[in-house]
Amino acid sequence: MTNKIPHNNLLLMTDVYKAYGEKVVLDNIDLSVAAGELCTVVGPSGCGKSTLLRLILGQERATRGEIYVDGNPVGYPDPQRGIVYQKYSLFPHLSVLENVMLGKNFTTGLPDRILHRKRIQEEAVYYLEKVDLAEHYQKYPHELSGGMQQRVAIAQALIMKPRIILMDEPFGALDPGTRERMQVFVLQLWEEFDMTVFFVTHDLEEAVYLGTRILVLSQYYSDGRDEETCSRGAKIVADYPLARRAESTMVKATSEFGDLIQTIRREGFDPDYRQHVTDFDLKHPDAFQTLTEEEMRPNHVAANTDRHSKTE
Amino acid sequence: MGKIPRFWGVHAEPTKLLRLILALLPFAVIVTAYLIASHVRLEANPSDKLTPSVSKMVEAVGEMALTKDKRTGRYLMLADTLSSLRRIVIGLGAAAIVGLFLGMTMGLFPGMNSTLHPVVRFLSIIPPLAILPILFIVFGVGEVGKIVLIFIGSLFVITRDIHEETRQLPREQIVKALTLGASQFQVLWQVVLPQIMPRLLITVRLCLGGAWLFLIASEAIASTDGLGYRIFLVRRYLAMDIIIPYVLWITLIGLLMDTALRLVVNWKYRWYVASQ
Ligand SMILES: Nc1ncnc2c1ncn2[C@@H]1O[C@H](COP(=O)(O)OP(=O)(O)O)[C@@H](O)[C@H]1O
Ligand SMILES: [Mg+2]
Repeated sequence: MTNKIPHNNLLLMTDVYKAYGEKVVLDNIDLSVAAGELCTVVGPSGCGKSTLLRLILGQERATRGEIYVDGNPVGYPDPQRGIVYQKYSLFPHLSVLENVMLGKNFTTGLPDRILHRKRIQEEAVYYLEKVDLAEHYQKYPHELSGGMQQRVAIAQALIMKPRIILMDEPFGALDPGTRERMQVFVLQLWEEFDMTVFFVTHDLEEAVYLGTRILVLSQYYSDGRDEETCSRGAKIVADYPLARRAESTMVKATSEFGDLIQTIRREGFDPDYRQHVTDFDLKHPDAFQTLTEEEMRPNHVAANTDRHSKTE
Repeated sequence: MGKIPRFWGVHAEPTKLLRLILALLPFAVIVTAYLIASHVRLEANPSDKLTPSVSKMVEAVGEMALTKDKRTGRYLMLADTLSSLRRIVIGLGAAAIVGLFLGMTMGLFPGMNSTLHPVVRFLSIIPPLAILPILFIVFGVGEVGKIVLIFIGSLFVITRDIHEETRQLPREQIVKALTLGASQFQVLWQVVLPQIMPRLLITVRLCLGGAWLFLIASEAIASTDGLGYRIFLVRRYLAMDIIIPYVLWITLIGLLMDTALRLVVNWKYRWYVASQ
């Protein structure tokens, strides 16, 4: 962890809060992600992973705080940030080829779209080849398996060459075998296209296998704020760099891999294990925190119960 | 497990042939009941007009459809049919087009929704037949009043349905289109519109019944031709031999329109049918 804010990275978030009405979901998030990183995000279900992703995408606005991509504050969704959802990424009324061409057609003026139709089509076919789907170009999304649909969705996003690709549990609905193949596949594309990826999943194994960096988002932590008056949201409670391994999925069986998963499970997913905000496991060099005075105070509740136990 | 039940109970699996027979059965019952009633009544009183015999009806249809009317020089049934069809197609077609655009813009743009949703809701609750006198006063008793009645009677139902359908498009689709560089206009035109089209056809299908109601009501009240005009005209002479074939004819036309719309959806929007 650094105390200096790494300003020059691709993605920068400082003091970001997100609340829905009274309910705070994201609580003073600080994050900086370098270009080229494959950053995975895990956390308990409902902790705010998708919310975090939607803020970066511009689909929703932060209640407070700043979010920059490439030094510019994020606005509404645009081609700078690509997205692959678990569902609804493809347009059901368009064929596979048309789905992949769509971005180019949106952004090419009418005369060029007609003059260069051939070129746009070839480019789309190139990306379809990259995702092994060239022979299915005429099919419609409903005629494809779940894994194939997600590969089209990735090609559809890639063709726009976004600065960062956001993925929200893209393989969450796939069976384990397909899922593993898709993981290997994402690693290949990530390497080949020099992508920056922000990958949300609730599957720890997937996150540790894929990532060059893993963020653990969780509401299970403690700080100096008064439990009764303060509605707490999730924070990044752990942030590790991950060694770039060979692509083989064999690593998932090693003990080192298993140990890391156990550590993360305890830090992020165990409601009884609550680290204090000043003790978070923020090992990644780009990690930083902007804690308030109040948050940094020793654990409010713990201090209370201590006093109680002494008087009894 | 015993024999598969063919008819009774929730496990029944009727065979193809049985399904056909079962489907025809109620029709056969109705027709037979009519024929018996007609026979019995004509036996008792050969000049009875309420339940004409089949041959009497065929004769009447022949007169209406195949011989030129002496006064106007037209084939009356054909002329009636074309007039009615023109009114219903123009009225319902215009309602479909206007309703489509109103519904889509309301569903996609919150500002438009705030402006239009309350007034559309209010207007949709006015019973269209209640404003028929107003329409006749304002537009006269010619074509326009009748077409406007069909238009107004269908417009708000279509608008509300398209609005609801547009709102139910996943938000993700719109965001996705924006990340692919779509302008708001392109979202409307290339993402929302093509996905709403099959739904529009289905809504129009469901509006056909209402449209016929408005058509016949307005023709009954003030008209010089049309299917509804004719049956209300001959009612004065208790001419059931014309009324019954006309009603069957109207039903047949309605059935054909309904089937045509359904086939268009199945052919042109296979992806929609597959995703239902
Ligand atoms: N539009 C919304 N309005 C109100 N609450 C919401 C909304 N979106 C998400 N939430 C709440 O925010 C929390 C985090 O949701 P989400 O980001 O989807 O979690 P995750 O993706 O980690 O499972 C949940 O408790 C959810 O109920
Ligand atoms: Mg989620």
